[in-house]
Amino acid sequence: MKTNEVKEALGTGVVIEGIQSMSGADSIEPDHMGRGRQPSQGYIPKAVKVDAALQRQVEEFLFHQAALLDTKAWGEFGKLFSDDGVYWMPSTPTQTDWRREPSIFAEDKLLMEVRMSRLLHPNAWSQAAHWGTNHMVGNIVIEAVSANTVEVYARFQMMEMRRDDIRHFAGSYRHTLVKQGSDLKIKLQRVDMTNGQAAYDYVLQAWV
Amino acid sequence: MQSIDLDHLVQPDRVHKSVYTDQQLFDLEMEHIFEKAWVYCGHDSQVKEVGDYFTMHIGRQPMVMVRDVDKSVKVLYNRCPHRGVELCGNQSGNTGKGFVCSYHAWSFHLNGKVKAIPLVKGYDGTRMTPDSPDCSMVAAARVESYRGFVFASLSKEGPGLVEFLGEAKVAFDDMCDRSPLGEVEAVPVCHRVVQHSNWKFFMENQLDSLHPSVTHQSTGVSARKVELRLKKEKGEAPLFFHYLSTFASSFDQWDSVQTVNFKYGHGILKAYMGLRPTDPDTVKYEALIKQAYGEEKGEEYLARSIHHVLIYPYLSVQSPLQQLRCLRPMAPNKTLSEIWHFRLKGVPEAIYERSLWYFNLVNSPATMINADDLENWTKAQLGLQSRGGEWVSFHRNYGGDTEKDGILYSNNGTSEVVMRNQFKAWDSYIRAAIQPSAKA
Repeated sequence: MKTNEVKEALGTGVVIEGIQSMSGADSIEPDHMGRGRQPSQGYIPKAVKVDAALQRQVEEFLFHQAALLDTKAWGEFGKLFSDDGVYWMPSTPTQTDWRREPSIFAEDKLLMEVRMSRLLHPNAWSQAAHWGTNHMVGNIVIEAVSANTVEVYARFQMMEMRRDDIRHFAGSYRHTLVKQGSDLKIKLQRVDMTNGQAAYDYVLQAWV
Repeated sequence: MQSIDLDHLVQPDRVHKSVYTDQQLFDLEMEHIFEKAWVYCGHDSQVKEVGDYFTMHIGRQPMVMVRDVDKSVKVLYNRCPHRGVELCGNQSGNTGKGFVCSYHAWSFHLNGKVKAIPLVKGYDGTRMTPDSPDCSMVAAARVESYRGFVFASLSKEGPGLVEFLGEAKVAFDDMCDRSPLGEVEAVPVCHRVVQHSNWKFFMENQLDSLHPSVTHQSTGVSARKVELRLKKEKGEAPLFFHYLSTFASSFDQWDSVQTVNFKYGHGILKAYMGLRPTDPDTVKYEALIKQAYGEEKGEEYLARSIHHVLIYPYLSVQSPLQQLRCLRPMAPNKTLSEIWHFRLKGVPEAIYERSLWYFNLVNSPATMINADDLENWTKAQLGLQSRGGEWVSFHRNYGGDTEKDGILYSNNGTSEVVMRNQFKAWDSYIRAAIQPSAKA
């Protein structure tokens, strides 16, 4: 009877032992290595103690910057940067020099002016399609404060709507802010996007 | 399968819209163009060390280019012969001394030959014993490289690489000859951008010199405004403002930029890129080139009038600035482009920076130029769904070009001879596929 044969077969199992000396894969390829994990190139910020008023001022500054992007207030966005300010989105987290390495964005104020002027031009065709963004900025860490500068780390999430499609970008900001009177200005904004080297469905038209 | 009337679809002055939208035609293109012709895999310098690999698609086939232990470059189907699983799961990396499948640990040498199979006795008496070629990874039928640029063909038949490239091989000569060592190296950042449109729109657009001052008006005039201000205030402006401002040149100017159109659909847009200013870096660089090649050859290399070279059906090379974009079609309305730039060996850093700035401003995913191209092609793909018309027109300067020894020269730069010539090649590829008696 079939039933009895199956019963018998099920009654004579083997207990699978844990690994004794080497795994099955190792027995085939003892020198198999280096094909799995990619080491993280990430950056862990270190907080310094700062007074609450400065912390608040920095947070408000970052929230304001996000609001300017989300309302397409390009002129006001540009004014957040000092005259020698730079907006930089490197291609990889290990890059260090915005002028000498392949970047996604590498813009001083003159190039930012070109981009702004393009976005506002009546024949910026790609701007005709419905387009909007929503930025969330958080995890804000002040990493260093000197008489004139503040180094800030933060993380962002950005949802973008274009035509009928939604895209999602995320990553970290590192701002080098300079104090000008009671104001803060951006000397360098570094944007390391987690999906910076993923395939882009369409392109990025404005700063992230 | 519907019968295809090529004489109806591809006419000398126009094509039927379905050549951009039809799934059956797309499948034919993949099988009979992309999976037969010589397709660019990558540059030699992307796989420097033994075990270095780079994965890409040739037509619909996932492939891997790898550096073998004998230092040769192999191009293999990225597939385990056991259950069909992809072997390399990343775009690039190092696979050590061989490939190991993550599913059942079948392992392979870097040339694709099977190395070991677990519990191999289990295959005794079957057709999958390790001495069978069915147990090894399959290699591309042909692999050749030209000046460090590696190509593969999945067909044993067909012209050799140099014959296929024809005059368009100047793309790689122009790039390499601009180095005093005659060599370039890939910068290991590959941007990838997906366009929601047929691959042919990209190829047509690259040599379409009527579109820049329309499509790129916003960026061109914005850059010119800053460029002129800098020239007035400081007497000069960085070259990269010029890269952007020239896009918005006049129609007449663009009409004077001629195209040369070759067999197999390849072509060149001729234009002087303004890359010979008399700043100290350029003067030093030009001296290096003339020292390496002699006055006459050096001058020839520096003075080549090339804006873009197209290798039909998938490659756009901007050799004077060492940029390259390679198409990997995904669907009739979806195309991936891989975007690379190269470093000239043995030249001052300032000369590299020219190509770097072009890469950053024009070819990065935050491009101020291609943003409007991609938008055009998306709208083209949407527009082709319309029943308001059946045809895509290539009539401009029809009959006004000069043919000499099978090469078509435009007499007006904006002549649509570019598209007519590309479709001539397309027609012969597809005709050979559906009417095997017709010669390709």
